[in-house]
Amino acid sequence: MMLDIQSGVSRRSAFAIGLFVVVMLVLPLLVNAYVVSVLVVVLFSAYLGQAWNVMMGFAGQLSLGNALYVGLGAYASAALFVHYGLPPWIGMLAGMAAAGIAASLIAALSFRFGVTGVYFALLTISFAEFTRIAFDHVDWIGGSSGLFLPVVTLDHDDLLHLRGSPAMFYYVLLALVLSALAFSHLLLRRRVGLYWQAIREDQAAAQALGIDVFRYKIAAVALSAVMTAVAGGLMAFYDNNLYPDTIFAVSRSIDIIIAPIIGGLGTLFGPILGAIVLTMLSETTTNVSASLGVNGLKQWIYGASLLVIVMLQPAGLWPWLKSVLKLDGVR
Amino acid sequence: MLTYVNIVVAGLLTGCVYGLMALGLSVIFGVIRIVNFAHGEMMVVAMYAALFLNQRLGLDPFVVMPAVAAGLFLAGYALQRGLINRYIGRPEHQQFLLLLAVSIMLTSSTLMAFGPDARSVQLDYAYDSFEIGGLLVDKVRVLAALGAVVGAVMLWMFFRFTRTGKSIRACADNQVGAQVVGLDVKRLYAVTFGVGAACVGVAGTLLLLLVDVQPYIAADYTLLAFTIVIVGGLGSMPGALLGGLLVGVSEALSGFIIMPSLKSLFSFALLIVVLLARPQGLVGRRA
Repeated sequence: MMLDIQSGVSRRSAFAIGLFVVVMLVLPLLVNAYVVSVLVVVLFSAYLGQAWNVMMGFAGQLSLGNALYVGLGAYASAALFVHYGLPPWIGMLAGMAAAGIAASLIAALSFRFGVTGVYFALLTISFAEFTRIAFDHVDWIGGSSGLFLPVVTLDHDDLLHLRGSPAMFYYVLLALVLSALAFSHLLLRRRVGLYWQAIREDQAAAQALGIDVFRYKIAAVALSAVMTAVAGGLMAFYDNNLYPDTIFAVSRSIDIIIAPIIGGLGTLFGPILGAIVLTMLSETTTNVSASLGVNGLKQWIYGASLLVIVMLQPAGLWPWLKSVLKLDGVR
Repeated sequence: MLTYVNIVVAGLLTGCVYGLMALGLSVIFGVIRIVNFAHGEMMVVAMYAALFLNQRLGLDPFVVMPAVAAGLFLAGYALQRGLINRYIGRPEHQQFLLLLAVSIMLTSSTLMAFGPDARSVQLDYAYDSFEIGGLLVDKVRVLAALGAVVGAVMLWMFFRFTRTGKSIRACADNQVGAQVVGLDVKRLYAVTFGVGAACVGVAGTLLLLLVDVQPYIAADYTLLAFTIVIVGGLGSMPGALLGGLLVGVSEALSGFIIMPSLKSLFSFALLIVVLLARPQGLVGRRA
């Protein structure tokens, strides 16, 4: 894969990005509450995909257990709020710290013992599952019967305590997605991003060039975890309830990684495009199968669509869309 | 004390069936180097196939077992030939997505065909048991374990004595070398996936004797199969069986001693310890 060092974003591409940002900014004003709730799902999925993309897309480390960090972020912010009344943003910092430490430990253990590739993926699943079952038995956070946030009806949005309308969450998430986009763009151009891509393409060669492979791989995993934990905190306050069996679920870890793969692994816009396509697909199939009343049809169409995409565009939809729209210089 | 022996024996017997299931995964990975993320889903399809034949035709699961295995073999062969062969040598995440799509379609198909409720097979001998010196052993469990052992032995004989089996081993050892001497690697890969699927077919039929079947349990079995082969050693046949026995016993014991909801915690703890202490698995050799 070529590394474009120079910033060669064409006018056309800059216009397209600008248009995308403007559309995302005004969209909630134009659509009904249902569409806003769907857009919130899109943004959650996009951001989680962006976070995973840092680890897998940039540095080539396949984790199948990112739900672990969602859960740590969610439980830290929710539990500190419920028990001590701490604002979620502070709890989120605790969650980010917890996720970063957990990820560093897992990564350090794995890479020190030479656990990579599929084995690393399975190790991350195991840690996520281990934590899920353990959290089921911790009474302080409600165990398997769940942790609930008090719901208050306010006439205004309380950003500090994250109590408010779906539109507020939409804008918080949009800010997060756009920041992650800018941050990823920056990462790819800085030394750390170049090192990651070198490790992804050929770890032995990267090591021979003097890159501290061990440390940079851990950094990618930890950064991804810290970013993921933020989404977990927001998710807890958006949903107002938390269960270990759903927040740490393997299916969540898998959902997290589908969007960036479908969109285009290692690209900047792939996770966002993938999230849009998959959420729209999932909503449409839900509506179609609900109207037909067939159990399981929704998942079947979803699975079949994934199959079609991976067969026709195995490198993802974004590289294809980019060439169709002639957007040069955007990754 | 006798209670514990009873539980260990039951765990060992269930573990034989787990081992055969994991053997299928191990064979597929060992030869094709593809991680079959649809493994548990394939097994649930086999369980439903056996259940369907049992309920419609009134045949004993042991009678329909060859038919289920043959059906799974053909399906696995077709899947590898038509779809997975194109993804050999592609990035892991593309293979993952491909098999994930297949697994979603399999689970939703069973859901559409049989509904979400848990179902079980009705047998006249379901509650029979043997008593051996105070030990009480379920008859179905013994029969299931015997079936799994016979399946594993047949698999071993296939790889050891048949020409196709030897060719497949040659592919696994050295793919380029196998091609040089004129082996049709793509066809052998398809046969391998078929054989792995047939293992799952037998294991699924046997497991139906022990547990209820429900579409959504599939993902748990995929994970369980992974746990077992990693513990035993991915690509090692004795390893898969040993891993199956270990996980069977650990599930049974922790479910009894601590609490049932914690039983998979120990399997995952076992997996983590093995991955870190001996990533090649208990029996496997370091690559």
